[in-house]
Amino acid sequence: MSDSDRHINFKLMRDHILAMQDGKDSRAGKQYWRSLEELADSPAFQEFVAREYPQQAEEWHDPIERRTFIKLMGASLALAGLSGCVFQPAEKIVPYIKQPEEEVPGKALFFATAAPLFGAATPVLVRSNEGRPTKIEGNPDHPNNRPGDFPVDDPGRDPRGSSATDIFTQASILSLYDPDRSQTLTFREDIRTWTSFVGAIRTALDEQRPKQGGGIRFLTQPITSPTVGSQMKELLQAWPQAKWHQYEPANRDNVRAGAVMALGQPVNTTYRFDLADRILSLDCDFLSCLPGSLRYARDFAAKRRVTEENKEMSRLYVVETTPSNTGAKADHQWCVKPSELEGIARALLAGSGGPDWVSAIARDLQQHKGASIVIAGDQQSPVIHALAHAMNSALGNVGKTVFYSDPLEVNSVDQRQSLQELVNDLDSGHVELLVIVGGNPVYDTPSDLKLDFERLKKAKLRVNLSQYKDETSQLCHWHVNEAHYLESWGDARSYDGTVTILQPLIQPLYDGKTVSELLAVFSGQYDRKPLEIVKTYWQANRNQGQTAGAGAGAGQAVTPPPAGTGNVAAADFESWWRQTIHDGFVPNSASPVKTLAARTDVPASAPTTVATAAGSFEVVIRTDPSIYDGRFANNGWLQELPKPLTKVTWDNVAVVSPNSAFQIAGVRDNGGSTIGREHYVPKVDLVDQRGNTVRAPIWIMPGQPDNVITIYLGFGRSYKGHVAMGATDEPVGYNAYAIRTSYEPWFTSLQVKKTTEQHLLATTQLHFNMEDPNFSKEERDIVRSKTVDEFHREEKHEEKHEEPSMYEPYPYKEQAENAPNYAWGMAIDLNNCVGCNACTIACQAENNIPIVGKDQVARSREMHWIRVDTYFRGMDPAKPEGTNFMPVPCMHCENAPCEPVCPVHATVHSAEGLNDMVYNRCVGTKYCSNNCPYKVRRFNFFLYNDWDTQQYQLMRNPEVTVRSRGVMEKCTYCVQRIQAVKIQTEIEGRRAQDGEIVTACQAVCPTEAIVFGDVNDPNSRVSKLKQNERNYSLLGELNTRPRTTYLGQLKNPNPEIK
Amino acid sequence: MNCHKQIWADSPYLEPVRASFRTGKPIEWIRVHDLPDYAYFNHSIHVNKGVGCSTCHGRVDEMPIAYQSSSLQMEWCLECHRNPERFVREKGKVFDMNWRPENKSATEIEYGRSLLVKYRIQGKQVLTSCSTCHR
Repeated sequence: MSDSDRHINFKLMRDHILAMQDGKDSRAGKQYWRSLEELADSPAFQEFVAREYPQQAEEWHDPIERRTFIKLMGASLALAGLSGCVFQPAEKIVPYIKQPEEEVPGKALFFATAAPLFGAATPVLVRSNEGRPTKIEGNPDHPNNRPGDFPVDDPGRDPRGSSATDIFTQASILSLYDPDRSQTLTFREDIRTWTSFVGAIRTALDEQRPKQGGGIRFLTQPITSPTVGSQMKELLQAWPQAKWHQYEPANRDNVRAGAVMALGQPVNTTYRFDLADRILSLDCDFLSCLPGSLRYARDFAAKRRVTEENKEMSRLYVVETTPSNTGAKADHQWCVKPSELEGIARALLAGSGGPDWVSAIARDLQQHKGASIVIAGDQQSPVIHALAHAMNSALGNVGKTVFYSDPLEVNSVDQRQSLQELVNDLDSGHVELLVIVGGNPVYDTPSDLKLDFERLKKAKLRVNLSQYKDETSQLCHWHVNEAHYLESWGDARSYDGTVTILQPLIQPLYDGKTVSELLAVFSGQYDRKPLEIVKTYWQANRNQGQTAGAGAGAGQAVTPPPAGTGNVAAADFESWWRQTIHDGFVPNSASPVKTLAARTDVPASAPTTVATAAGSFEVVIRTDPSIYDGRFANNGWLQELPKPLTKVTWDNVAVVSPNSAFQIAGVRDNGGSTIGREHYVPKVDLVDQRGNTVRAPIWIMPGQPDNVITIYLGFGRSYKGHVAMGATDEPVGYNAYAIRTSYEPWFTSLQVKKTTEQHLLATTQLHFNMEDPNFSKEERDIVRSKTVDEFHREEKHEEKHEEPSMYEPYPYKEQAENAPNYAWGMAIDLNNCVGCNACTIACQAENNIPIVGKDQVARSREMHWIRVDTYFRGMDPAKPEGTNFMPVPCMHCENAPCEPVCPVHATVHSAEGLNDMVYNRCVGTKYCSNNCPYKVRRFNFFLYNDWDTQQYQLMRNPEVTVRSRGVMEKCTYCVQRIQAVKIQTEIEGRRAQDGEIVTACQAVCPTEAIVFGDVNDPNSRVSKLKQNERNYSLLGELNTRPRTTYLGQLKNPNPEIK
Repeated sequence: MNCHKQIWADSPYLEPVRASFRTGKPIEWIRVHDLPDYAYFNHSIHVNKGVGCSTCHGRVDEMPIAYQSSSLQMEWCLECHRNPERFVREKGKVFDMNWRPENKSATEIEYGRSLLVKYRIQGKQVLTSCSTCHR
């Protein structure tokens, strides 16, 4: 049979089978679904289930394919014929002449620093291989990462500190080695030296001296670093007429204004979620988007643990304007229009009014005074923040679960006003020397206060410090390339004020300058090095940096210092300095708590224009879940990371509800129009009051309120980086800043107009589906979620019957007489997973996983070894009954379907329970990935790894093979980490303890959802978790006996509601 | 340069060492025992578990210039990984070049087995698992 015949026959058969099922209802009663196509059981979905890679995934007619093929062939031909056939080329051993202290080639060193990416810094511990930073994890010794207050008898409790990070911190290692980073100091595109820059600035400053600096303006991002703050103060004293403006696009102006309205002064509010039994979130995504999110997620998860002793779970109510990760974890989630939120907040404060669930919530909160939290989202109006403060005050939460302290910023200002003043000065010609320090204001200032060329050219001399030659650098005269935080000396504050002194892991790759070095020039100190600047500051301020500590009048600091850090007493500065840098934090430097009373009479806000005209929508503006405000647009890992709820990559979308999508564009799903392949979605025009138009692709999100559209910032950049511009040299995504104003930065209303244009979206929502390809009526048991009451009431779980197997069981316990016998396993607790995706990026960093680009993602070829699937529940696409996150790594099945089918034994089972992948044997049959029911295997269809760019060679983990084309890869339970610890402990003659081997995904998970360990050890955390009643195997009925098991989710709904 | 300032200070064979000392550039040694990149070999675990130098490297004390005396092919490694009792020696004798590299008689093999237990060496199934060396 020829190829085309075979094709047709199967197609006919499939159509026949589908036709047979036509008469019956399409999967009615289906509980869990990942996308609308699945719920509707559209032909496009069935295609995805039937074939892991869509039909016609490889098209020889496609001209791009042919060209790529010939390029590849050409390259491999060039490599093949040369250099005589040697066994392998000779390698050299080159010893150090001067070996850096403590370094042993082959062993990694770890250094503590902090990642000051935006707002508060995250304390991190960075692994350094031969002097190059290669992996970032949280610093477990930092007070912010102290062990969670889990119930004492909880087996999942980790006695060590957390090493969690968020996705931005994880991906920042790629930013360090980004070849697109600015490598030279330039003046109008000409390369110049630092000395010539300093000379030019001296001349400019000399001109300003008679005016006392009246023409100088500094535009920075909000500064929390004590050293930089003191430098700015010095500068403003030296130049009394100069002005300092602060602006960042995702600023917390509303939080500040709300605090001023309620408490009379700006404050930094921090929370203790581990002491809160009831939580009400007013559109606050505190599990992923706040400065303290890592700590909050961990504490929140601690309160959701149910054990024999602790049968009570906390309860989370979320009222929000667009579905978010926090809403997904909520016991009750309501999505409302932005215009309705204030009314609901007032009703909650009063205890009645509004929808009927309001009074139930109010009653519930009242019953938990002092053990509850009301938190309002950063984007909400100041009035809603004031209402939240009033509610916390009325409930007696202040001082118990809600704490006020001084703002983190050195100089807390209203940033919108600050920008307005700068714009006024620019327009009136008062600015002669403009220094833009960090950020990208040309791109991200709002449309009414835009710093475009017309405005900027009025400033005679413009200086810009940034890591990339971005849009702002192109409009400034001098561009100074900035050092990455991993190359810098500095300091930063974390969410509660604790200071970490940053130390560099590597010399600046391109001689970049830090903020401190640049500011020193303006104070006339041209030669000061950053280390000296930071050290001098701390020498003078060491005691002020540390607060009075516990019991000193103002109440104890929010994060109690860990026991045993008696560092305050070190009289000698040098030893204090070294100890502080070693530990990664300045002890007792958390901001002290203040007692403030909130006013209860919150004035009504000015009436907002509610969208009433036809075609007019209320708009929610959010920072993108993976690109934030645009600063990470050139970071390939973040671009390719599927966003938590939409699972879109390499694009931003405008999110609408199912009804609105049908209303605007007549579509009912996200691209079911093309069978089998890409998601084509319609684009709409978003028009604001000034007539600015932005064309955006729409995405239907279950649960989004009707007539509300959510747009995301951060895309549409005109910066010409290899990643930000995409393969076609077109900007990636749409630029939402074009329609964002300064007076309505987060909520506004726009006209939405339908267009005929369609857009190809690369979304992973339908990829790697685990449903039954035979389309049986049985829905597979994938996600389990129960309410707490059901869980307590039901009898002992059904016996775990093991299906009979023809495979001999592995003798995991009897391998060697005296050696430790390990059996590795993993438990993933769905109750804890908040869908942050940190595990995916951590795995990518640890295992040298390449990115593949939008085109390949559209063909299901993304390479992430662990993916986080999102499942919606219920029958109504407009109002899902809950959202569940499920991380899926390789299950390491004991009866692995992938092992017997490999013709060359490239995937075999190790004696310790791992499913090994041997790259050097793999010939690329792909039978193994075909057989895998969990679809966790990834194939290198092309040479996805970049072997040529030198910077990436520095970044890669030397312990893990960098795969070439044609080999299959998958999660290995971080076998390199297992081996490293095994070797170390065997040399020491002992057994590896529980918790010594931590996989990359486990390390960065903020909620300890992933636990890895030795199943042979009955006392290990993972063994105890596997004995939990909630434990189950994913697709266990297939008898694969996976080593990775899941613990079902529990929810705690209020019986009074619904 | 501590020793070779005094010992064989003028020998032409040691010219690279002196040049390196003068210029500060390291000597680029060519690896004699080189495994392919896909095999992740750890030296310390072998030395610490009683695999002596001469077992793998041969009689280095009798080599004027070092050469590779074993094939270093995977089948050669597996000879020992499948039967470690034949090649393991007492840790004290690891540097002894005269030690016969293979336990052949029954008593020697028994002794080897007792060493496996004493040094807590992993079982054959673990030693011949692919991920022990390939990852």
